[in-house]
Amino acid sequence: MDFNNNLPIYIQIMNLIKSRIISGNISGGDKLPSVRDLSKELRVNPNTIQRAYQELEREGLVFTQRGMGTFATEDMEIIKNLKKTIATDLVDKFFIEMKKLGFTSHEVKEIVSEWMEREERE
Amino acid sequence: MDGKGGKGMKNIVEIKELTKKYLNKTALNNINLNIQEGKIVGILGPNGSGKTTLIKILTGILRQTSGEVFIDGNKVGVYTKSVVSYLPDRNFLYKWMKIKDASDLFKDFYSDFDEGKFEELLRFMKLDKNMKIDTLSKGMHEKLNLSLVLARNAKLYILDEPIAGVDPVARDEILNAIINNYNEKSSMVITTHLVRDMENILDDVVFLKDGKIILSDNAESLREERNMNIADIYKEVFSQ
Repeated sequence: MDFNNNLPIYIQIMNLIKSRIISGNISGGDKLPSVRDLSKELRVNPNTIQRAYQELEREGLVFTQRGMGTFATEDMEIIKNLKKTIATDLVDKFFIEMKKLGFTSHEVKEIVSEWMEREERE
Repeated sequence: MDGKGGKGMKNIVEIKELTKKYLNKTALNNINLNIQEGKIVGILGPNGSGKTTLIKILTGILRQTSGEVFIDGNKVGVYTKSVVSYLPDRNFLYKWMKIKDASDLFKDFYSDFDEGKFEELLRFMKLDKNMKIDTLSKGMHEKLNLSLVLARNAKLYILDEPIAGVDPVARDEILNAIINNYNEKSSMVITTHLVRDMENILDDVVFLKDGKIILSDNAESLREERNMNIADIYKEVFSQ
């Protein structure tokens, strides 16, 4: 994974774990990779991974069991909310970019409808 | 890094008002720097910024003009040399040697050299004990030297330009080896000008320019404050 953007790396790692959770790549209750393993996988400082896990825990997305490791939350409500938040963020970003390009809300709606029709046909 | 250290965090290195003058030039000008246990610290700066002078003082190769340096609570000397594992930026092995001779040399020299750990590192780096030193490529040389240095159970590892001039595959192997061998009880000081390649493994960064520290902070705090990655901050700082 490339961390070329300008966000702190722990936030980028939080986002990575979040996307793994909502895509079902990590299921509720699954054990997350150890700090050391993820550090190797992503080639990132272990303290940075630790920080990402701590922040995820603060947000209620993961929990730690002493001596066992870190696990994804089993609370489906939290995962559902996370999905919603991420979807809202993506849609916000999409609209902001489209507006920047000069599209009106109406035009965006048409483009989205066309996209959905095409998707249904395929 | 602010001179006092964090809560309960021990400083492995304490540098106070360190100055090094050569005849007509000040190489280091009033450096103050603490390095905490369990941290990987990048010393960043272009050639001639004072990185090598700083390292040579930490390793006891050079003496400072004024100021104080403590490593694990001791002034630089016999004890600190025994707890500092140093990777120089040039080759330090004889051409006639095989890798296993280099291993024997280190075993004789350093009581904290862990042969098992060294063999593990060799496997990881895809090197063989029977290889001859003078047949190794630049990347293999660098991997061997790093394996020797990391195989010691030191308090402080000092790596001078560990990825300079190596190919991308060797670079990744070197970065992996550094991460694999990280432990909370020791610290690493890494000098580099290849900031883009190294920044993700650093806890703290120290920008050195003309012998002075012009910026020193936690890498994530800097990214957060400036909305830039460390490589871009480096460019901004040193292009002025």
